[in-house]
Amino acid sequence: MLYREVGDFKTTYRSDGQTFPIAFDRWRYYIVLLVAFCVVPFIINDYWTNAVLLPFLIYAIAAIGLNILTGYCGQVSLGTGGFMAVGAYSCYKLMTGFPDLNILFCVLLSGLITALVGMLFGLPSLRIKGFYLAVATLAAQFFLVWLFNKVAWFYNYSASGQINAPERTLLGYKITGAETSAPVTYLFCLVLVVFLAIIARNLTRGHLGRSWMAIRDMDIAAEIIGVNPLKAKLTAFGISSFYIGVAGALLFAVYLGAVEVGEVFGIQKSFLVLFMVIIGGLGSIFGSFAGAAFMVLLPVLLKNVLVGSLGWPTDIATHLEFAIVGLLIVVFLILEPHGLAQLWRIIKEKLRLWPFPH
Amino acid sequence: MNAIAPEAYTTEDGRKIGGVVMEMKNITLRFGGVTAIKDISFDIREGEVRAIIGPNGAGKSSMLNVINGFYHPQEGEVWFRGEKRGPMKPYEIARQGIARTFQNIALFKGMSTLDNIMTGRLTKMKSGILSQAIWKGPAEREEIEQREKAERIIDFLEIQSIRKAPVGSLPYGLQKRVELGRALVAEPELLLLDEPMAGMNVEEKEDMSRFILDVNDEFGTTIALIEHDMGVVMDISDRVVVMDYGAKIGDGTPDEVRSNQKVIDAYLGVAHD
Ligand SMILES: Nc1ncnc2c1ncn2[C@@H]1O[C@H](COP(=O)(O)OP(=O)(O)O)[C@@H](O)[C@H]1O
Ligand SMILES: [Mg+2]
Repeated sequence: MLYREVGDFKTTYRSDGQTFPIAFDRWRYYIVLLVAFCVVPFIINDYWTNAVLLPFLIYAIAAIGLNILTGYCGQVSLGTGGFMAVGAYSCYKLMTGFPDLNILFCVLLSGLITALVGMLFGLPSLRIKGFYLAVATLAAQFFLVWLFNKVAWFYNYSASGQINAPERTLLGYKITGAETSAPVTYLFCLVLVVFLAIIARNLTRGHLGRSWMAIRDMDIAAEIIGVNPLKAKLTAFGISSFYIGVAGALLFAVYLGAVEVGEVFGIQKSFLVLFMVIIGGLGSIFGSFAGAAFMVLLPVLLKNVLVGSLGWPTDIATHLEFAIVGLLIVVFLILEPHGLAQLWRIIKEKLRLWPFPH
Repeated sequence: MNAIAPEAYTTEDGRKIGGVVMEMKNITLRFGGVTAIKDISFDIREGEVRAIIGPNGAGKSSMLNVINGFYHPQEGEVWFRGEKRGPMKPYEIARQGIARTFQNIALFKGMSTLDNIMTGRLTKMKSGILSQAIWKGPAEREEIEQREKAERIIDFLEIQSIRKAPVGSLPYGLQKRVELGRALVAEPELLLLDEPMAGMNVEEKEDMSRFILDVNDEFGTTIALIEHDMGVVMDISDRVVVMDYGAKIGDGTPDEVRSNQKVIDAYLGVAHD
């Protein structure tokens, strides 16, 4: 395998600014896309779709969202679960209030609504930072869950207090409801993930992304060279919440179908997505995917190996999962704040100039 | 501007010094009980290298912070380009064409040299969120245009080889240079440098002095700098303000300042003991 930059020179700023400046990386990216779109849909079954693929795709969107806010702009948030709930309940109200509205629009509009809510809750970030901001977003988390529990209008006064996704189709294929098929829901989520990831990549490589990173790295210097902190922080909150809202809408409408807010969008969800971002890598789109994959695969793997093959009791496997995740969080925070993405980068760096390291 | 600008002149080495661009009038700045700046007035003329010197704690950095709007003086007025400055945020002042470097390096540690310098172009970048999201088209074109400006500064400061390096990993002297680049790339009208040579060895100081003079000469940038090394100050500045305990104790050409008894007592004495 020849993975190399040797002999691959950049002669224009355009090609130097590419997402994958090394030809080999570019090809790998195209191949992954090709497999994801043209091979996977034909070989998946319900188990793998529900246990791994759909949650991976949906959490990848949420993780990209949180990564924009925390990894790129440096604003800590523990409100991810609450914002996902905003997306889910917006989607539910849109689907039931406007039965003719295309499901794709429902999902995207839910993202927009969440973006507005996120900007509202982002306002305190102009005054407070770090730990205090984390507490403020925690308050948002609890407030939002309480709100969707308390105000019956949000769940259309249903007796159970749950929301259920009605059946909706796109181009004749069932996307939500009881009888969806695995390849269809998978492809629907995949298209959204790819689209949103490309946009996130574009936003983070331009001047908006640099203004976020400037605020993250040194807010005073950022302001003195001309970054408007209000604009930088609120765009980060808004765009981040858009992604998180879309993820919430998909989790509810496409993946789960029925949701009780406290159960699905509680504080655990905020931590789950935060862990994805930390383990995957702060400030990296690729890291968001890596973190989502890791956090989704780990329990499945442990369950299959420890419980399925070795016959361990389920609760011990679950505890082991907590222990592993906890340990990794500590290790990554202390040793490698840029997470799996950075480990990957280091491996590539070693391979990059091989066989001529100088 | 003309009302307060006496006639322009040309220096011995042939640089043109114009009218007053920045005028500080009776500035007083207090932090609780501490008066960091006591009723100081001075001006900065177009195209000149203006030094601010004085012992530690004299209030020099505070003065730069007043100029770029980070501190708001309790009394006094700031006039820029012949207009009195109202209440403004630091980022608005940056957009007026005032850039600076910091006494303690304030680079964006998580970003590369190139990205740090590109961030300095931020005030010139106009493409909106949507066109950045799409990237192809206006946003990419703008990025490439701005990249060319950034590369010109990178060439000028001779830091091509560290273009892609994360700035946190660079040696101190180079970090100072990158920070200068980040300020320069904004094409400021007025450049504020807070101890650009602090902690440097003789060679690095010589490089930095050369860059400062080149900036002033080639781009016509007006420069106000704080510096401790008297040799350097005497070499590169046109006029010098001397501060001590928040008050102004001298103002004039390097020669005038050097022969001012108050300055000798307060500053030179301290520097040489
Ligand atoms: N943000 C601040 N809060 C309180 N005191 C300050 C602040 N900034 C500066 N000072 C005080 O103002 C005085 C002048 O400081 P400074 O401008 O940094 O001096 P210099 O740059 O000449 O060494 C010092 O006594 C310092 O303690
Ligand atoms: Mg100082």
